[in-house]
Amino acid sequence: MTIVPILVLALGTFAFRFGGTLMRDRVTMPDRVKELLSTGAVVLLVALVATSALAKGQGFAGWALPAGVAVGGVLAWRKAPFVVVVVAAAATTALLRLAGVA
Amino acid sequence: MRSIWRTLDVELWRGVLAIALAAAVNGASFGAIAVAAGLPLWVPVAMSVLIFAGGSQYLAVGVVAAGGSPIAAVVGGLVLNARHLPFGLAVGDVVGRSWPARLLGSHLLIDESVAFAMAQKSPERARAAYWACGASLFVAWNTGVFAGALAGRLVADPDALGLDAVFPAVMLALVLPVLREADKLRPAMLGAAIALATTPFLPPGVPVLLALGGLLTVKNARVKNARVKKKEAM
Repeated sequence: MTIVPILVLALGTFAFRFGGTLMRDRVTMPDRVKELLSTGAVVLLVALVATSALAKGQGFAGWALPAGVAVGGVLAWRKAPFVVVVVAAAATTALLRLAGVA
Repeated sequence: MRSIWRTLDVELWRGVLAIALAAAVNGASFGAIAVAAGLPLWVPVAMSVLIFAGGSQYLAVGVVAAGGSPIAAVVGGLVLNARHLPFGLAVGDVVGRSWPARLLGSHLLIDESVAFAMAQKSPERARAAYWACGASLFVAWNTGVFAGALAGRLVADPDALGLDAVFPAVMLALVLPVLREADKLRPAMLGAAIALATTPFLPPGVPVLLALGGLLTVKNARVKNARVKKKEAM
């Protein structure tokens, strides 16, 4: 890999980021559109949660990963501190893997 | 910067630092994998500073390591990062209005900083959380990548530490309060179902974009008009 593909990927990624924020600033949008955009961001975030908790590449991630995420989710639901959520999720997944659960 | 310190409470800073630590270890793993794949030290370091999007960096290095072409690596990475456009549209006014803030703030737009901003109640807190999270993760990720690339194979497998559970768990914790609103929950559930159902068949990144189809459950004639306008704008 040379510098050219790195620069192309970097510039393209920056264009997505910058284009979105600039458009938000330049285009006056009715409140309903703003609401729809924020719902869209929530939809994307939840889709990221679902795919990164259940899939590795194009296959199933195994049970240890979603189990850890679920433990973190339940703790978050019970209003546990953020650090507890992070540590509990990682620890659950790590211990299950140590115990041989894929 | 001082106002960011004052606006955010200790609990939020602890949260940011926890995921920054996880990002540093994850970065170390990326650096080590890239060097182990035969790439020179500067490649993972430059990628992390300039691209700053972990998923696409792993993907690009994976493609090249597997003998794929750099063009395939770039295209795959760009598809994966296309979600940053709708994210930018959603948090654009959080980033700031001056040109330096907008340029730098756009580069700090990652899944985590967007999620942290969306989880805040007031615009001031959203802005502070966005910058605190984006800047902390930038420093942590790049430090980790550099250290990992130097240390090479010495870095432990992050999966054995369960660190791959941190990202989805953090995201889930941040979106949970928002999901109590039924008009957000319904499109989010449909979107997640679409993404999961299409994951086995489509390249990485595309299923998450298709999740936006969940917005079809937002029922309202005027919103429908708005959606058409949004598509034109994109």
